[in-house]
Parts: sequence; structure tokens; C-alpha cells
Amino acid sequence: MVDIIVCVKRVPDTSEAEVIIKDDKRAIKDADLTFDINEWDNYAIEEAILKKEALGGKVTVIGVGGEEVNEVLRRCLAKGADEAIRLTDPAFDGSDGYAIAKILSAAIKDLQYDFVFTGAQAGDDSYGVTGQMLAEILGIPHATMVTKVDINNGTARIRRELEGGLEEVDEINKPAVFCIQTGLNEPRYVSIMGIRKVSKKEIPVKAAADIGISADEVGEVGSMVKLEEFSIPPAGELAEMIEGTPDEAAGKLAAILKEKGAF
Amino acid sequence: MDFELTDEQKEIKKAAREFAEGEFTDIAMECDREEKFPRDVWKKACKLGFIGAYLPEEYGGGGLGLLDSLIIAEEFFRVDPGVGMIMATTFGSEFIFLLGKEEQKQKYLPPLITGETICAAAFTEPDAGSDVQGIQTTAVKDGDEWVLNGTKMFITNGTIADWMIVLAKSHPDAKKDAQRFTTFIVDCKSPGFSAEKIHGKMGIRASDTAEIVLSDVRVPKENIVGLPKMGFYNVMQFFDVTRIGVGAQAVGLAQGALEMAVKHAKERKVFGRPLIYNQGIQFKLAEMATRVEAARNLVYKAAALVDAMKPDAAMTSMAKWYAGETAVYVADESLQVHGGYGYIDEYPIERFYRSAKVLEIYEGSKEIEKMIIGRTIGGKY
Ligand SMILES: Cc1cc2nc3c(=O)[nH]c(=O)nc-3n(C[C@H](O)[C@H](O)[C@H](O)COP(=O)(O)OP(=O)(O)OC[C@H]3O[C@@H](n4cnc5c(N)ncnc54)[C@H](O)[C@@H]3O)c2cc1C
Repeated sequence: MVDIIVCVKRVPDTSEAEVIIKDDKRAIKDADLTFDINEWDNYAIEEAILKKEALGGKVTVIGVGGEEVNEVLRRCLAKGADEAIRLTDPAFDGSDGYAIAKILSAAIKDLQYDFVFTGAQAGDDSYGVTGQMLAEILGIPHATMVTKVDINNGTARIRRELEGGLEEVDEINKPAVFCIQTGLNEPRYVSIMGIRKVSKKEIPVKAAADIGISADEVGEVGSMVKLEEFSIPPAGELAEMIEGTPDEAAGKLAAILKEKGAF
Repeated sequence: MDFELTDEQKEIKKAAREFAEGEFTDIAMECDREEKFPRDVWKKACKLGFIGAYLPEEYGGGGLGLLDSLIIAEEFFRVDPGVGMIMATTFGSEFIFLLGKEEQKQKYLPPLITGETICAAAFTEPDAGSDVQGIQTTAVKDGDEWVLNGTKMFITNGTIADWMIVLAKSHPDAKKDAQRFTTFIVDCKSPGFSAEKIHGKMGIRASDTAEIVLSDVRVPKENIVGLPKMGFYNVMQFFDVTRIGVGAQAVGLAQGALEMAVKHAKERKVFGRPLIYNQGIQFKLAEMATRVEAARNLVYKAAALVDAMKPDAAMTSMAKWYAGETAVYVADESLQVHGGYGYIDEYPIERFYRSAKVLEIYEGSKEIEKMIIGRTIGGKY
């Protein structure tokens, strides 16, 4: 049996969209963007459900934000998570990774769990810190860039991805936080049966007071990083897009490298 | 009146979209070129509950409303009309669901949903399509069995189906012309049944289409669906529901073609600026988007009426005709926006263009839809 909590975030998909910065420079215009579960979290929830399916236990998903976050939580429930909790409070607005870690830890400390999974980073702000800070605040160990998780009797053997193709294997006892890297599994599709099964399920909401955290610990005042502005880097002059079929493109690339004396 | 999808419908839409984008894109061109039915993807879609989702949970279905399930068809066709035709592996099941006896429902419906069987519905013949009452296939009673003889034409899933609904002339002497027909469930393994794949379709080439020959095919009397002599009425009742599905296919195809046009118009540069900066192109996109939205609203309304147990034949025909025409129009305009690239199969728009036309033909050509609408208008005003 293993009880796993997965922290999930709803992020805009900016991969193909045109990103426009708002006038105050501190946010992007998101009215025309589509939102979805953070890519890394999608692997984290899959890994948690796989572990539950193999070992038994329970998966709880937690998200921070307004009602729109339910969409992401419901998706996790439809895939097989057992419970979802949404943390929301006007005081949470403007929280950085540290403040979010405080909010999450305040909610998690009262729950029953063996492991907490987070994504290794979020696709929108790419801070890549929330999981580590969450572990620190909870006072439990953590591992980042996790690419494999095996759980046996409360002990996890995990693999971590390092630079230069190196890999590390660690053994970590529960409780612990794992920051999950993409690619460690193949996230399942949402099924119609899944959607139907959870369609009537209520998602409980908790505010700052419910999890025992005060307004000055969260939001902008409780953050360590203050976002000043977004900008779009000027288009490079030197980039050359090589077009054509893979064969043609490879040929053109080889010709350029040869011309520049690479061989 | 609320024009928003419910949260659950949005979830269904997203789930169907993700599945189609993940599974259809890579195989679409091959299935089209080789006229290959995407068996693996069909099986996966069954496992996830996308196929036969409209059927009640007691038969293993998703228990969705018609509108909910059409959202799946729409999303599938948005990604690829040919592979999207895996939705039609249950074409004919509506017949049993609407008119069948409980034993028939329990026997025939669950295996369609789990991906163990495929069905079909055979009305059209070489010499009778729009004129359903012109069919020549005969059914003659022989003890507890009926003996069927005749040829059926252009039958979707013809060579891959396990059973099919067949309309035959059973009572040639009935006083009313419309009362000469009965519908049967025919097991495709019956002696005397043969199916030959029709090659060379213009579009939706991943979908199987066949000519069926019935030569002394014996069918037990339990396999009559609905009442004897009521076959023609049954078929009309069946089409009142399934034609909305073609409307949904058309809305999806048109939506996909529209999105391709917008994407291309943003990326392609002409006369030193993106194509989309030209008002002539913006007008095209505006017209395409408006018609897609109008077609979608017609289709959703027709489906909502069925869900409210108030099916409306004229509304169904309006949705089917207009959506089909919209698909043809939008695919054409989108290809035009693509210019020469649109004419080459490196871009999927040519496949959409070829596939759109059938939506104005099958399950009632647009002329037949207009006849139905016209008749109702005459009575209404
Ligand atoms: C890919 C594909 C799949 C199909 N799948 C199936 C299937 O699964 N089951 C099945 O039973 N059939 C199927 N069909 C057949 C389809 O339903 C018929 O082709 C359609 O109903 C038209 O019939 P027809 O081809 O005989 O044309 P006809 O009836 O000969 O009509 C020819 C043309 O004349 C028009 N027309 C006919 N009557 C009138 C009138 N009174 N006034 C004005 N115009 C008129 C028609 O609209 C059409 O444009 C399929 C067809 C195709 C192409």
C-alpha cells in the first residue's frame, strides 16, 4: 500500500501560441491561450496512479488557484486519482514558488501520505523550486529530476537524471518528495468511463484559515522573489532556419558545416 | 438559453481531442493511401469508451446523451476524417437501440462497445439510394426463417462487420407502398453472404466500403428488428438520429480545415508580410468561421432535441445539409488559402478536401434533406 500526494498546476500552453505581454509587463495576455495540466505534473500523476495500481493505496491531487483549477484536478480524478483538494484564497495571489511551497506544506502536513510527487518544474515560470522547498518545509528528504520510481515496503529506489548522460540511483525512505521529470512513463488518455465515474464528485476547497496559514506568509508579501517584468528577446540576426525533408535538411546542414570548416 | 457546453461535455471534448491528436496524426496518411481500416486505434478507442458512448451503461456504454457523443465524432473528424470513421463501427447499433427487443440489445450492443464486433447498416442498392422504397432485395418467409436475396451497395464497414441491419422487401403485396419492407439483423458469417471491398474512394479512405451480395441467406425470425412491414418507417426514424452524426462529422472536418487555414495564413509570407494581413484572406477566414459556428449550432440543437426526446426530422435535415455543405465549402476555401502547398499531400488539407464531399451524399444527400425540410415547411406555414 502506498499513499501518494501529487501537486498539480494549471498552465497556459504557449508552445505554438503568440505570446503577448500585458501593459504592466508583469503578466502575459492569456485570454486566447489554452490551459492544461503542467506537462511535468502529467507524468507525476501518471506515476502515482501506476504505483497505486501496482501496490494499492490512495492518490490525492492538490492544486492551488481559482475554480478554473478544477478542470485539471478533475482530469486527474478521471485518470484514477482518488481525492482532490483545491487550495484557494485571495491572499494566495502573486505567490512565488516559495509561498506556494508554504501553502502546499500547510495543507499536506495534516494529510496521511508516504510520498509527495511534484513536477520537476512548471512549463510557465520554469522556477523548478517548489518541490524542493516543499520538502524542506515539511522536513523530509527529496530528490529532483526523478526518472524512475520503484517502491518496496516504504522504501523508494529512484533514478535521477544528471547532466552529460549520467544517472544516479538512490534509496530514500518514506516520507519523501520526488520532483518528477518528463518521459518516465507514458501518460494515459482520459477515458469516458473515467469522466463519468467522477462527474458527480465534489472537490473540497480550503482557504488560508482552513490550513492554518496567515495572509502575510503567502502572496506577494510572503514571497522571496518579486517578478519585475516579462520581455521577449529580440529576434536573432544570425539564426538560419534549414527547411526541407529530413534528408534534404541534413544535406544542407552538412554542407554548411563543411563550408565553415567543421570537418 | 445557455450556449455553453457543460463541464462534463468540455472534459469529453478535451479527452477526445487528446486521443485523436495522439493517435490519428501519424497514421492518417498511410490509412488514406492504402485504404486501411485503423484496427489498433479503433480497439484503443473502444477501451477508452469513445465508441458507442451514447449507449446506456447497462449495455456497457458511457450512458452519454447524443450531443455528448457527437462531440467525440466532431473532435475525431477535426483531426482526421478517415481515421475518425472508427466512430462509425457502431453504425446500425442505433437501429437496435431505438427499435430492438431487449434480447437483441443485450446480445448485439455490448460487444460493439468493447471492440469485439463491428456492425453496418445496408439500405442502398445499385439501383436505389435516395429512393429507399425502390430497393429490390427480397425477404421470403420459410417456416421460422426468412430467406434474403439481393445486392447492397456502398455499405460502410461491409467487409469488416460481424453483423448488419438489412432492409428488404418482405411484403410486396402490401396495400401501402411504404409497408412492403422489413429490417433484419444479418450475421455476416451466414452461408450465402459475401462482401467485396470497393476500392478507389475519393475520401474517408480509412473507412471500409463494400458491395454485399445476399444469396439465399437464411435469417431466423427473431432477427427482425422492429415490426414486420415497418422497415421503411424504421429506416426514416433511424436516420432522424444518425444524420445528426454526419452533421457532427462535418462540423469537425470544417473546424479542422479552418484551423489549418488560420495557421497557414499566419505562417506564410506574401508580398513581404504574413498572408493573414490581407483583408481578402481575413474575409475568407471570417466567412469560414461564421459558417462553422452556424453549422455547429444547428447540429447541437438537433442533437439536444433528440436528447430531450423531441426529435425533429426537419431540424435534423437542416443540420445535416448545412453542416455537410459547410464542410465542403470550408475545406475548399482552406485549400485555397494554402495555395500550391494545399494541393500536395504533405499538408493534410487535401485529404480533408477529398473527404468532405461524401458528407453531402451519404445518409441522405443534401437534395433529400431539402426535400424533407421542404415538406415540413409546407405543413408548418
Ligand atoms: C462512402 C459511402 C458510404 C456509404 N455508406 C452507406 C451505408 O453504410 N449504408 C447504406 O445503405 N448506404 C451507404 N451509402 C450510400 C449513400 O447513402 C447513397 O449513395 C446516397 O443515399 C445517395 O444514393 P445514390 O448514390 O443511389 O444516388 P441517387 O439516389 O441516384 O441520387 C443521385 C443524385 O440525384 C439526387 N436526387 C435523387 N432524388 C432526387 C429528387 N427527387 N429530387 C432532386 N434530386 C434528387 C441525389 O441527391 C443525388 O445528388 C454510402 C455511400 C458512400 C459514398
